[in-house]
Amino acid sequence: MIELISDTGERREMTINMGPQHPSTHGVLRLELVLDGEIIKKVKPHIGYLHRCFEKYAEEVGDYAKVIPYTDRMDYVSAMNQEHGYVLALERMLELEVPERVEHIRVIVAEMQRIASHLLGIGAFGLDLGAFSPFLYLFTEREKILDIFEKISGARLLYNYMAVGGLMRDVHPEFKTDVAEFVKTFRPKIKELDDLLSYNRIFIKRTANVGVLPVEVALNYAASGPVLRGSGMKWDLRRNDPYSIYDRFEFDIPVGEGEMGTLGDCWDRYIVRVREMEQSLRIIEQALDSMPDEGDVMQAIPKRIRMKEGEVYVRTESPRGELGYFIASNNSASPHRVKARAPSFVHLCLLPAISKGSLIADMVAIVGSIDIVLGEVDR
Amino acid sequence: MKSTEEILEYLFETFPGTEFESLQGDVGPARIKVPAAMIKDVAKVLRDDDQLLFNTLMCLSGLHYPKEEEMGVAYHLHSTQLGHSLALNVRVSEQKPEVPSVESIWKTADWHEREAYDMFGIVFTGHPDLRRILCPYDWEGHPLRKDYVQQEFYRGVTTKE
Repeated sequence: MIELISDTGERREMTINMGPQHPSTHGVLRLELVLDGEIIKKVKPHIGYLHRCFEKYAEEVGDYAKVIPYTDRMDYVSAMNQEHGYVLALERMLELEVPERVEHIRVIVAEMQRIASHLLGIGAFGLDLGAFSPFLYLFTEREKILDIFEKISGARLLYNYMAVGGLMRDVHPEFKTDVAEFVKTFRPKIKELDDLLSYNRIFIKRTANVGVLPVEVALNYAASGPVLRGSGMKWDLRRNDPYSIYDRFEFDIPVGEGEMGTLGDCWDRYIVRVREMEQSLRIIEQALDSMPDEGDVMQAIPKRIRMKEGEVYVRTESPRGELGYFIASNNSASPHRVKARAPSFVHLCLLPAISKGSLIADMVAIVGSIDIVLGEVDR
Repeated sequence: MKSTEEILEYLFETFPGTEFESLQGDVGPARIKVPAAMIKDVAKVLRDDDQLLFNTLMCLSGLHYPKEEEMGVAYHLHSTQLGHSLALNVRVSEQKPEVPSVESIWKTADWHEREAYDMFGIVFTGHPDLRRILCPYDWEGHPLRKDYVQQEFYRGVTTKE
């Protein structure tokens, strides 16, 4: 016979902390959960544990170009995309013409970085849900990308590779063959990933119909990237607000279709990332074909940057979504204000909206599916 | 799809007597300066009007202009239906930096406004939960203000090397 603790049937709420040190918070994030049994009544994310005041640094470092290495450290798993967004913003302010070869190399490394970032995001997502082996297989592939990046920039994670108007150094002579080799070996691995994780029954059970995000809610919260596409909206800044030379390439925009459950659930957000990697490979192949073999990648780099007065907001498609840089200048050598609009920051803000009423175990799946990087949330 | 000039004209028609102003820097696109007290009403029209349909707030940033003794807020809007973008600016005095919150119009403003409050001390009236977001709750001062002086000790621990 089970003895009831409360025979009046009253419901008691309990508040617990998930994090700041919790393996599935992907960094230092504290979620204050108000629970009724194992049902989540309320979520309050607490952030700021990694706050380094990047924006203050940017104002005080005294040079627009010296900000670039700090952008690496925001989203440390997709540093190339962070740099790309920042240098594009400055180039648009300076109305700088960038050489063809530079544009091609940038697109290739940005797409490789997108794959590397998705591999980490997908791997960690599986890990959160108890699938250990996919993580290891994906990391092997990610390693190959980092090896190529190490050859071109000398670093494996934080590259400081892109410069305003150019690149810090030219790529090594075998760059094209290295990348082509990677594309060739990586393509079949996506199929393997599908067999191993995407259509795994346990994985589907844990992610389908969980954390459903309707598209209107997503737009009101300004969601972007795979989170918005997972809700079924065909929206990609590489297509909808083209920057660099993305308008020249053919690629599809995969969107969630509610294949395994409801449109906009965790599985939809996951599969968008998987299919996006294929499209990145297509872009890389086309860019490799049209990339000029000759050209000085440093010729357009200005010696000193002195910006006139004005404000711009330039956005790019980072692996996590819309990465925007708001830069206000005031006729001097350092910016008056830099704000990085980080996609993870915006997506974390909508976490309470999609996790209310779900089970506490599903919280792990929801956090994993929006793929946050806390370095970017806190900046 | 409307240009910033067309939107400005449209706003003059919709809000007769309001002092909108067009701002144009040496670099970057034109912006519209909106009187602080009007921002919420303007935002509502921008979101709901059939001609405008700005359904997403891409970015909201605080700014500090020490020379003018003013605080500013920059809003960047985009319409995914009509494909146009718009930048709005609001200026308020340093002494009384109060701006109506647009959190009820675009939910994403929630955290952006908390950040602007935390970093600049701009008070968003009508915000449901205006607390510090990046700094600890008992931190002193607002770090991104140009006149910010870092506190020497935080809970008895030195903050400087």
